[in-house]
Amino acid sequence: MTPGTHTAGPAGTGGAGRTALETAEAVRSGRLKAADVLEENLAAIRAREPELHAFNLVLEDRARAEAAAVDEAVVAGRDPGRLAGVTVALKDNLCTRGVETTCSSRILEGWLPPYDATVVTRLRQEGAVVVGKTNLDEFAMGSSTENSAFGPTRNPHDPTRVPGGSSGGSAAAVAAGFAGLALGSDTGGSIRQPAALCGVVGLKPTYGLVSRYGLVAFASSLDQIGPFAGSVADAALLLEVIAGHDPMDSTSLDAPAPSLLEGLGQGVEGLRVGIVTELMDGVEPSAAAAVEAAAAVLSAAGAKVDRVSVPAAVYGLSAYYLIAPAEASSNLARYDGVRYGMRAEGPGAGGPGSGDVSAMFAATRAAGFGDEVKRRIMLGTYALSAGYYDAYYGQAQRVRTLIIGDFDAAYRSFDVLLSPTTPGPAFEFDAKTSDPLAMYLSDVCTIPTNLAGHPAVTVPWWPEGSGLPLGVQVLAPALGEAVMLRAAAAIEAGAPPAPVAP
Amino acid sequence: MSATPAVSAEAWETVVGLEVHCELRTATKLFCGCPNRFGQEPNTQICPVCTGQPGSLPVLNRMAVEMAMRIGVALYCRIEPSIFHRKNYFYPDMPKDYQVSQYDRPINIDGWLELPSGGRIGIERAHLEEDTGKITHVGGAGRIHDASHSLIDYNRAGVPLVEIVSRPDIRSAVQARDYVAELRSILVATGASDGKMEEGSLRVDANVSIRPEGSTEFGTRCEIKNLNSLRSLVRAIDYEVGRQIEVLTEGGRIILETRHWDEAGGRTTSGRTKEQSEDYRYFPEPDLVPLAPDAGWLARVEAAMPVLPAARRGRLAEVTGAPTEDIAVLVESGLDDLVLAAVAAGADARTAVNRATNEVAGALENGPPPPAESFARLVKMETEGALTATQAKTVLADMLRDGGEPEELARQRGFEALASDALADAVSAAIEANPGEWERFKAGEAKVAGFFVGQIMKATRGNADGGAVTAELRRRAGM
Repeated sequence: MTPGTHTAGPAGTGGAGRTALETAEAVRSGRLKAADVLEENLAAIRAREPELHAFNLVLEDRARAEAAAVDEAVVAGRDPGRLAGVTVALKDNLCTRGVETTCSSRILEGWLPPYDATVVTRLRQEGAVVVGKTNLDEFAMGSSTENSAFGPTRNPHDPTRVPGGSSGGSAAAVAAGFAGLALGSDTGGSIRQPAALCGVVGLKPTYGLVSRYGLVAFASSLDQIGPFAGSVADAALLLEVIAGHDPMDSTSLDAPAPSLLEGLGQGVEGLRVGIVTELMDGVEPSAAAAVEAAAAVLSAAGAKVDRVSVPAAVYGLSAYYLIAPAEASSNLARYDGVRYGMRAEGPGAGGPGSGDVSAMFAATRAAGFGDEVKRRIMLGTYALSAGYYDAYYGQAQRVRTLIIGDFDAAYRSFDVLLSPTTPGPAFEFDAKTSDPLAMYLSDVCTIPTNLAGHPAVTVPWWPEGSGLPLGVQVLAPALGEAVMLRAAAAIEAGAPPAPVAP
Repeated sequence: MSATPAVSAEAWETVVGLEVHCELRTATKLFCGCPNRFGQEPNTQICPVCTGQPGSLPVLNRMAVEMAMRIGVALYCRIEPSIFHRKNYFYPDMPKDYQVSQYDRPINIDGWLELPSGGRIGIERAHLEEDTGKITHVGGAGRIHDASHSLIDYNRAGVPLVEIVSRPDIRSAVQARDYVAELRSILVATGASDGKMEEGSLRVDANVSIRPEGSTEFGTRCEIKNLNSLRSLVRAIDYEVGRQIEVLTEGGRIILETRHWDEAGGRTTSGRTKEQSEDYRYFPEPDLVPLAPDAGWLARVEAAMPVLPAARRGRLAEVTGAPTEDIAVLVESGLDDLVLAAVAAGADARTAVNRATNEVAGALENGPPPPAESFARLVKMETEGALTATQAKTVLADMLRDGGEPEELARQRGFEALASDALADAVSAAIEANPGEWERFKAGEAKVAGFFVGQIMKATRGNADGGAVTAELRRRAGM
């Protein structure tokens, strides 16, 4: 077993207790058929998907063809790739050529992208089998997947509760064994928060490490694609595959893809770990206790743990809810009914001959977007308006600079930082839908790293006697993925065992 | 002009600032690899990026940046680190419903353009941005309000543009025309533009206002759109100035607005009022990184700059002493090198200028100019008397049409060389045969020269040069 491949739950195993690394190794060596791996996942999907609704689309036939191609490659002696036969679920805001990509929005229903996202291309090159497109909060705006136009996803550990969001479908798919791995996108915590609530590993890479080409944009300066996995090592493997410069994304870093698996088991002897005091305030006692316990695990493994203050982190939420909606208001302008997706018709919708294209825009967007998307477009439009720009968008960007400065200061004394991933475990449906601010607070611990452009990973932590997982977040400076994952692997190795599969 | 000013136009000063959109002649579009080609089948030069498909991202075209830098250098601008902004507004020809443009940190700022007639027009900025697609309204005479439907061609969407914004330094319609003509020459010289206004490669918006003569404050301006030729530019400004004078002298006020030039009607019509103008909610484009050409790149661009029209005109004037208009024509049509090469090869400057301006420039539409060496020999044949002016023009026309060397073409035409001693013989013979006329010529009756030229032409079957004959007659008469 590769160091750090302890599985924290029933996740990412296809029901057979294998990690993705083990699956790929077995398929590559011919001991296991990709087709059989897929059938395990499809069986799990048949059993629980009707209840959980992790997917907008299950690509059964295509996945079978992809798995067969992997098996053929193995038989033919060709290299089937590092993810040979590993099933992957894709958040439904990642473009897949010729396969419907909806962002869980009515406005994109039926849209068939003319191209694959760069990450999808890289997955295919490494022999991954794409099992389906997962549910999300519409356009990735939300923290519970309740904002999906196609109905919510349920938490596999407690179907009366949300899986978190916005990548709730991807988190649930891995947690329920529907896929070995999944990809999501993280703008303010949309990978880490649902990963924590579903008891899986979720990682937000350094901004620019993974190409955003083909990720339907929410907030361009914050969005990053990242992995969901059943273990830290599997997350590292998937990140290695998708990371690296892409000439199609100008914000993609011109750095070689990092080598992450290699040093994963090196331990944390002498590592300087700081618990972020500001992110421990206001969270539920269980969440704070999980961090303390994880810190104790690291201490016991030889790390030096201390408290550290990142004062500007407390302004993260406010800054985020100006910057992200501002960018979103512009990014979502293109859904106007002209070129693709939905177009409203009928009285008042400015049909042919009316000469009123504005009415068509308005009717299409009124009918096509859900409430939360409209709320954020309005927020963002306001924040960018003449006379308000400096007070809102401008000020938020200055806060962003402060947050980066405070993190930089902390990283002069610490190698990695620790915090809760979420203020508490998965909440029940409708608990926060009527109070947007309470919902927004779900991301208070994850947002600062997006604003800083830094990486962070959540490691599942099952409090003793609880049926609901929490997450411990490990934060690192830009391009600090290797050391961050080393700390995460150490926490994973010392974490309490997950309860029996739900 | 339908608007007749109620008071004398001399009481008002015209103030014009121009915004010129120049499509760059790059091989590919500004943010994607699609071909930048005019006149293709609609929606065939498109991809996920330039049609704004969800998830697509822009990647800046390095050649477009380089062309923008060349334009900046040519217009004496400072070339600065710059960023791109999004200009947000909804319109069906704009695939993302925002235009990626440069806002408060453009690549080129603070330059000037030197007019051929002298005088500088300030350049405020010359920034990079993407073009939009093109809408055709079907039915209802092409107007949106009566159209049955509209078609959109995104081939042009994402084509790189440089928008060159002048300061309001222009004081007449004619000066505006001269500015655009000179700017076009500069843009063509830099290789950034093909200069084809009729294809929309250069599009001009004019900000026009008037103010009382002597006033230092600006009046309220109107922005006139849709000026697709130099002629439209002049007509539109003249009309608009007349309209504004009429409004003001009748006690009205000018409204800040966009006006459209109606070419057929010869007038401007009111468009959208700028006082209720849209808020474009500019913010820095997060999908692009700041653009900061390093010193080495800028140095390479500067080193590779072609000689610009103003310098070419200066050189040509210095060498030939030709009139300003001829110089302008030659540089504009790119014939200055031909003339300079002919002069360097020993041809008479004035004759070379005349043949290039009158004959070669006019024939450029049909083909390239003759090789400089052949042209130089032709000019020499004319100045040395081997060909008359008329014969030289005929031979040059043959060269332009069919190619070939002047000596051979002259032979084919039967234009025999009339050496100067042959001319002298012919003149002697004519004088001997017409002593009476010769006495009158010597007595100062200048028109008799024409008689002698006619006699000598007849005797030489047109191979004599009229000027040379007259000169010989005058020499013999001691004049």
